Amino acid sequence: MNDKELTKVRKHKAMKVSEIADLINANIVCDCKDDREVSKAFASDLMSDVLTLETDNTLLITGLANVQAIRTAEMSDINCIVFARNKKVNEEMKKVALENDIVVLETSFSVFRTSGILYQEGIKPIF
Amino acid sequence: MEFEYEITGGDFSRAGFASSHLKKILKQINIEPRLIKKIVIALYEAEVNIVAHAFEGRIKVSIEPDRIIMDVTDKGPGIEDIDRAMEDGYSTASEEVREMGFGAGMGLSNIKNNSDDLEINSTVDEGTELRIVKRFK
Repeated sequence: MNDKELTKVRKHKAMKVSEIADLINANIVCDCKDDREVSKAFASDLMSDVLTLETDNTLLITGLANVQAIRTAEMSDINCIVFARNKKVNEEMKKVALENDIVVLETSFSVFRTSGILYQEGIKPIF
Repeated sequence: MEFEYEITGGDFSRAGFASSHLKKILKQINIEPRLIKKIVIALYEAEVNIVAHAFEGRIKVSIEPDRIIMDVTDKGPGIEDIDRAMEDGYSTASEEVREMGFGAGMGLSNIKNNSDDLEINSTVDEGTELRIVKRFK
């Protein structure tokens, strides 16, 4: 199915961080001051793959909870990360996220479940 | 403008420090965001390579009016076969590096994709030198 066909069968939607948090039962660990919206997402535990993405302002869904996930987001202009599979964000990760204005969420849902819910609600895949 | 950074091999908690600092500088001097992203991704990949493979390294960044030059040198095992190392998917990274979300054999080719010029010189058991150049236009 190409992108045009996808558009026909699914609603597309930009979502606020609070809406995303509600849908995937997530805690907002680092919030932002602006009213940012997310419209597309990418899920990976491999940061090397994330670093090859050309799109900006993407939501990253990952189960890799370390400071390099935050650094990867910083370099890639990703401004929102969901840590799935009940992975916890440590103080150092919080510090780097706050410094770079990256929103961080934690959910107990798996990467698959998180992705499935957000896809169904209209968040677009990058490819 | 010139900056230098020291990188310690194996210290994953600090990998990205140099790239993060450079990103802030490039923003301050109003480089276009798309270019900044390419520059810092190339440097970040190089930083992760030092941390993942070498004992220690040094990054020297020179910002000229029309381009940026990043010289990344390390003392470490060196690269035996540079052509193979440039291939996607070829990696000698340890299990620990893979657990950090890297080591998939994509770093060097991603540096090349995000730069205008990439020179690699390496001597086995001594170390590796990268010169990464990105033009501002």
